Amino acid sequence: MQSPASGRMEPGSNSARVQAFVRRLVSGDEMTRFTVTIAGGVIIAVTALLVFELWSNSHLARETFGLGFLTGTTWDPNAGEFGALPFIIGTAVTSLISLVVAVPAGVGAAIFLAELAPHRLSDALTFCIELLAAVPSVVYGLLGVFVLVPVMKSAVEPPLRAVFGWSPFFSGPFYGVSVLTAGIVLAVMILPFIVSVSRQVLIAVPAEQREAALALGATRWETTWRVVLPFAKRGIYGSIFLGLARALGETMAVTMVIGNSPQLKASLFAPGYSIAAVIANEFTEATDDLYLQSLILLGLVLFAVTIVINGAARLLVAGTSRKADAVA
Amino acid sequence: MPTRIAMTARRFATMTAIAGFAVACETTGPTQIAGAGATFPYPMYSKWFDEYHRLHPAIQVNYQSIGSGGGIRQVTEGTVDFGASDGPMTDDQLVAFRDKRGSDILHFPTVLGAVVPVYNVDGVAAELRFTPEALAGMFLGTITKWNDKAIAAANPGVTLPATEVVVVHRSDGSGTTFVWTDYLSKVSADWKTKVGANTSVNWPAGIGGKGNEGISGLVKQTNGAIGYVELVYALQSKIAYGSVRNAAGEYVNASLESVSAAAATAPMPDDFRVSITNAPGATAYPIASFTWLLVPAKIEDPAKHRAITEFLKWMLTDGQPMAAELGYAPLPTAVVERELKVIAAVK
Repeated sequence: MQSPASGRMEPGSNSARVQAFVRRLVSGDEMTRFTVTIAGGVIIAVTALLVFELWSNSHLARETFGLGFLTGTTWDPNAGEFGALPFIIGTAVTSLISLVVAVPAGVGAAIFLAELAPHRLSDALTFCIELLAAVPSVVYGLLGVFVLVPVMKSAVEPPLRAVFGWSPFFSGPFYGVSVLTAGIVLAVMILPFIVSVSRQVLIAVPAEQREAALALGATRWETTWRVVLPFAKRGIYGSIFLGLARALGETMAVTMVIGNSPQLKASLFAPGYSIAAVIANEFTEATDDLYLQSLILLGLVLFAVTIVINGAARLLVAGTSRKADAVA
Repeated sequence: MPTRIAMTARRFATMTAIAGFAVACETTGPTQIAGAGATFPYPMYSKWFDEYHRLHPAIQVNYQSIGSGGGIRQVTEGTVDFGASDGPMTDDQLVAFRDKRGSDILHFPTVLGAVVPVYNVDGVAAELRFTPEALAGMFLGTITKWNDKAIAAANPGVTLPATEVVVVHRSDGSGTTFVWTDYLSKVSADWKTKVGANTSVNWPAGIGGKGNEGISGLVKQTNGAIGYVELVYALQSKIAYGSVRNAAGEYVNASLESVSAAAATAPMPDDFRVSITNAPGATAYPIASFTWLLVPAKIEDPAKHRAITEFLKWMLTDGQPMAAELGYAPLPTAVVERELKVIAAVK
């Protein structure tokens, strides 16, 4: 500590500070801080740049349609009329279906791999699952068209119609390509993310937690359900968000099995369309300005939809965690 | 020490040699021509550019098949030396080009393509014949059953089932869709007012498949499906397709000959911007189209000017016989002669 009276000390302490700084610099402390700050800044800069470019390159479409773009249901390049609602709904519904299918399956598989399977089997299976994440999406799309579509027609649609045919969600003609088919292909695609990350998180739960529960007389199932899963839930939610992000933005696999028809139908058997798919399909051949800008504006909408859905999911998670904590 | 000096000297010599070589390449290297656009004629173009580079090593053409829309945009911006499109540029696009570049753009037809109706109806083995009204009706969604009399009347002797018609169209923007919808617009007033012609349209009925393979996959798997694919694709993948009644009232099967006949009988304007769908000749297949190279009328760089005009001449003469090998119909000689005259107009 220096007092204001001891003026001679100041240069000395300054040079000490400089020396300390140099030492940190040499040891890599400052360098690391600098590098990671840059890395963090780049992410923000890229995101901001992306939004800025999408915003500034869609001014004509924004001025023409305004907020009506979000509620418009017609997509007619010839008439110059563009509305995004069927695409927004298609994106949201396919992602939702994929979560409904993939979350129970994925988390279940992760519990099996982390808690029940022998170590060697668990490692081998996890390796296989992680390989699935590296398969190009066009391969999933082709498998969807040539394998899943016939299966949907012969084995999935008839029982669904028999049981739920009374509801508007499972009625109308079924061509094999549909919103439901796209959701299932997406589920297969996001499954590896959910399984792989959830398993890691479950494995990281300290053994003492399990031992304590078992020692208190809990069964294995009670231990997993009441102790391990709550401990790991944040990480599991994280894996679901990762999968959700992939499902929202997936293009190629979706466009091959969704039927690419921008219509508003309640039935999951009906063909639909997603935002990413229509951009990929029509961008290369869009010649006039309004058409091109409407596609760019759709990109901005997808960005917003992603934020809204992700945000809503996070709020939901925060809400349930708080409730769960309160109960606990 | 001497060795180190020798080494340095050698290294210096090598570097100078590399630098000299690089400079030499810059000055006497091949003339690079950049083009971008249509995907449909890409196999043809890539064969032509390869062959031409083999014959004239000093000229190298890089062609990006990014789609007709992208080709028109890029040649207008001047980022490529020429564009390529499956549909002619609109009047607005011509004006935009003139405003931006201060000169005109020329259309050069290169080869011909055709679009054929493909279908899959269980219990029908015979090749079906389609009237324009039947095709338009099915794609408009007004004809919903295969035993509709609009289809049955054209196919005496074929027993058509009451299967539901499932329309399969392209979901990606495509020159194929442009030709198909251009044809439907000409033969059906309803189609023209309700839907119109474009690379993507607001389809009144059906499901979308991505690319030719997406359509053929969906058609094969769906009983009652009708779709459309390029003739080249149908020939290569051996898909059966129906014949179509042309403007002269004859049922014509798509073939290289019937497509070339359509190009020969359609009236040809001076700027070659012409749609040859529903062409008048008795042997003409009605759903056909040229595909074009888009070349600026003024090319500043003399080396590029010579390379492009020489290539165009070669493509129209020696290049044409290669078209049939790849399933594209070659241009009629009358069109070739008129194009050769226009090349002289490139300044």
